[in-house]
Amino acid sequence: MGKPYYIEEDLFKFGSITEFQPELGKKFFSYYNAVFEEGALTEREKALIALAVSHTVQCPYCIDAYTTASLEKGADEEQMMEAIHVAAAIRGGASLVHGVQMMNKVKEISM
Amino acid sequence: MSEATKSLKSRKHRLASSFIQLKVLNDNGHSNGEAYSFEGKLHAAGHYPLKPLKTEILQVNIGKMCNQTCRHCHVDAGPDRKEIMTREVMQQCIDAVKNSDFNTVDLTGGAPEMNPDFRWFVEKLDKAGVNIIVRCNLTIILANPRYYDLPEFYKTHNVVIISSLPHYSARRTDAQRGEGVFAKSIQALKMLNEVGYGMDGSGLELHLVYNPSGAYLPPSQESLKKDFKRRLKSDFDIEFNDLYAITNMPISRFLDYLIQSGNYDAYTDKLLEAFNPLAIDGLMCRNTVSVGWDGYLYDCDFNQMLDLKIGDKAPLHISEFDEEMMLTRTIITNQHCFGCTAGSGSSCGGEIA
Repeated sequence: MGKPYYIEEDLFKFGSITEFQPELGKKFFSYYNAVFEEGALTEREKALIALAVSHTVQCPYCIDAYTTASLEKGADEEQMMEAIHVAAAIRGGASLVHGVQMMNKVKEISM
Repeated sequence: MSEATKSLKSRKHRLASSFIQLKVLNDNGHSNGEAYSFEGKLHAAGHYPLKPLKTEILQVNIGKMCNQTCRHCHVDAGPDRKEIMTREVMQQCIDAVKNSDFNTVDLTGGAPEMNPDFRWFVEKLDKAGVNIIVRCNLTIILANPRYYDLPEFYKTHNVVIISSLPHYSARRTDAQRGEGVFAKSIQALKMLNEVGYGMDGSGLELHLVYNPSGAYLPPSQESLKKDFKRRLKSDFDIEFNDLYAITNMPISRFLDYLIQSGNYDAYTDKLLEAFNPLAIDGLMCRNTVSVGWDGYLYDCDFNQMLDLKIGDKAPLHISEFDEEMMLTRTIITNQHCFGCTAGSGSSCGGEIA
């Protein structure tokens, strides 16, 4: 069996991206950390948003990280699954809303 | 995942040995030992050797016998454990309290109520004029008709009740503490509320303890408290005073869970990375002395379970308690201590930083 593309331990090496480009990497992490601080949204709300987005961008590292973060910020299983349903609804809705465009085109080219 | 229904000791599990536990905890696979050792972290923070600040709380573990077999139990308690404190050792604890600055006696176990001399001990401590805390697992109140009057008994002696309820959902509570524990805990909380515990203006304190039902750190205590208050009130009409968030200590049955579930490395790395020097001042070993069921003294209940007895030639047994020597001792630390310094810190009274 070949090496998998995603290696679980790589999540913990995220910080090492500064190795090839320190300046931009540091700026990114500084911004990243600031984003997740408590602000107008609570840390828990931000973790749940991140969890939903992780499923949309289908990033296994992000899913692991924000599942743990959601639990550590006090979210429960029900809230976490509802967050993923929000992601799923937007994804599904994004396809379906284009159905209007399809309908428009059908009407445009049909008698 | 194995469902633990018996203690590690009765299963003759290798982790029943404190020696093996310490070996596992110290074999962290890192070549640069200093940066990964608790002692090294204390050094770097300017707190080595770690010293006590005062003798305020005497925490007495009056036995390993328990009606539950929780999967995370650091005591390895259970119905199959028979080690309990005798009245003679209890009397030695009372004498030590009378001759020292301890203002609080914190009774723990196992289920402390299962010790046949429990009520005698509480009555004597009440007469001695100290604050009494009982770490009540809630379900014991319903375990047998002879315990049904415990809420009244606690009230009579103005005992502060601290009870574990890891979550306001049955799923998480039962996963950690056993099938059906949540429903019984709710019933017991209602009985405590009925006699006034946790109710505004009653003066009877009822605090809950949250700890994670798995290999992750606890959320902020304040935000959890709000969730628990809201959910327990709306779902069950239950009141309580405060909520303490406690980190799971990687020893005994929780250590077994971590290893069995493949979470050991990630969890211990997480504790180390989350080391917070600001938690050092509030560590419970600095204001508490722990007594085992047989009267031996320790810096905390966790050290007790790892058989790390009190150091620096301070008398080892409660019968020879010497406050002055106790205050000059060096606190014994090891790798498990990262459990008390991670993030917001952790103690028997919750967050410390």
